[in-house]
Amino acid sequence: MTNPCLVFHDVTLGYNRHPAVHHLSGTVEAGSLTAVVGANGSGKSTLMKGIIGVLKPMDGEIVNAGQASIAYLPQQSELDRTFPARVIDLVSLGLWPRRGLLGRIRPEDREALTKALSAVGLEDFEKRPIDTLSGGQLQRALFARVLAQDAELILLDEPFNAIDAKTVVDLVALIKRWHGENRTVMVVVHDLNLVREHFPETLLLARQPVAWGNTAEALKPENLLRARRFDEAWREDAPWCEPEDNHADADGHGHHGHSHEHDGHRHSGTHAA
Amino acid sequence: MYELLIAPFVDYGFMQRALAGCLMLSLSGCPVGVFLMLRRMSLTGDAMAHAILPGAAAGFLLYGLQIIPMTIGGLVAGVIVAMAAGIVSQLTIQKEDASMAAFYLISLAVGVLIVSVRGSSVDLMHVLFGTVLALNDEALSLIAIIAAITLVLLGIFWRALVAECMDPLFLRSVSWLGTPVHFIFLGLVVLNLVGGFQALGTLLSVGLMMLPAAAARFWSARVGPMCLLAILIGFLSCVAGLLLSYHASLPSGPSIILSAGAIYGLSILFGTRGILNTRVRHHRHRTA
Repeated sequence: MTNPCLVFHDVTLGYNRHPAVHHLSGTVEAGSLTAVVGANGSGKSTLMKGIIGVLKPMDGEIVNAGQASIAYLPQQSELDRTFPARVIDLVSLGLWPRRGLLGRIRPEDREALTKALSAVGLEDFEKRPIDTLSGGQLQRALFARVLAQDAELILLDEPFNAIDAKTVVDLVALIKRWHGENRTVMVVVHDLNLVREHFPETLLLARQPVAWGNTAEALKPENLLRARRFDEAWREDAPWCEPEDNHADADGHGHHGHSHEHDGHRHSGTHAA
Repeated sequence: MYELLIAPFVDYGFMQRALAGCLMLSLSGCPVGVFLMLRRMSLTGDAMAHAILPGAAAGFLLYGLQIIPMTIGGLVAGVIVAMAAGIVSQLTIQKEDASMAAFYLISLAVGVLIVSVRGSSVDLMHVLFGTVLALNDEALSLIAIIAAITLVLLGIFWRALVAECMDPLFLRSVSWLGTPVHFIFLGLVVLNLVGGFQALGTLLSVGLMMLPAAAARFWSARVGPMCLLAILIGFLSCVAGLLLSYHASLPSGPSIILSAGAIYGLSILFGTRGILNTRVRHHRHRTA
């Protein structure tokens, strides 16, 4: 019954030996649609970077079980908007996984690009320079690029930031279409109503996973409260995370019995529940 | 008219060679300049030009004023500085502009030291400012080889260069080419500067690379056409500069660069994306 797309084995990701995602274990099923929810600094973007491999885990491993091709839309795109390119040039970057460095762009590719642009409602924007786009139009263009990538696993990091209501509706429809096409989709979202309405699965992060599973279950008030009660700051005097201390549960609820900096003000080494 | 524009190139072998050398340099250097500019690395070319000096000087010290040893020396010095700066910026939090500045200044000091140990200031002037009117066969074939290598590499890595420039994080998420292509590009910069220094000197060869690129930015909103336009502006500057130098008895290097500078100035004003077109209020506007 289970057909894993991504498997996390006790993954810890972070910067300068400070964990940003702490002891995450679990499985993302192929074809699932998961919302990744959590406060700022709770490790959502770090998790995404870990999945695409830009950031190597400090501990544990992330297994791309089916060797799924990945399309990733980052929160802080490094896109240079002053670069002299048209919308069509930006979207055609999405052909890279199929055509690579030297592969010829074929007629069916052009057709795919045109379709991608019309799917996001940018039919007449092909020749527009990208420095003339509004924020919402640019986000639509980036979604079109994800479409062109035709990936099995799609990661979207806060795609609805500063996006108007109508565009959000359009983009959510696109995400559900991907879900319907049996692609695996993970989306970082802040709007809990949106999550409850459209996302079957939710991963609630507060550096370590607080809850992961059915959305209604994961977003229960007590979980949300627990997710809010974590200390965002790093502590230079935080004790080391020792292997025998790791009770990273199989269900990903590794929040018991740690004596790390995220235990707030009680970093005396005693267990904070 | 013929006397003014054509005759100098028909009558004199040295003018033909100078023209051939400069045109080839434009052909390969101008697109490289466009990418330097788009990566906000316009001044990096200048830094690299300084960085080449100790290598060229070492070649000069060992073999005298000969093109091959000086070129190889310059290439080695340039690659070392580019690599060192690139590696420091990739492995530490220091940005590439800072590491580049540090390494090129060290390199420049070493270069001046080497030249002063043996050469006179005349020699130093020669290395710094070049002599386009004295290009020999050796130098011309070297420039031809460099142009060929550059065009082939640009052709092969074009898509990666554009992607790396437009959205580096995206390229990293779909391909491992991001870092290699950055170093290949820095290699091309060094190669073209070294190619230019016999003709224009280490300091001015960067001018033929950057000025046409900077001018072309005001005319085009796409990379491909921008590169072609930059090459065209480079060609124009070479012809105009050499003629100016011939008729007015001015040094050729500065004449070429100043011609490019003049085109740059006109482009700022009259380019489709220049001041007059974007800043002047138009009487009418469209409804959508």
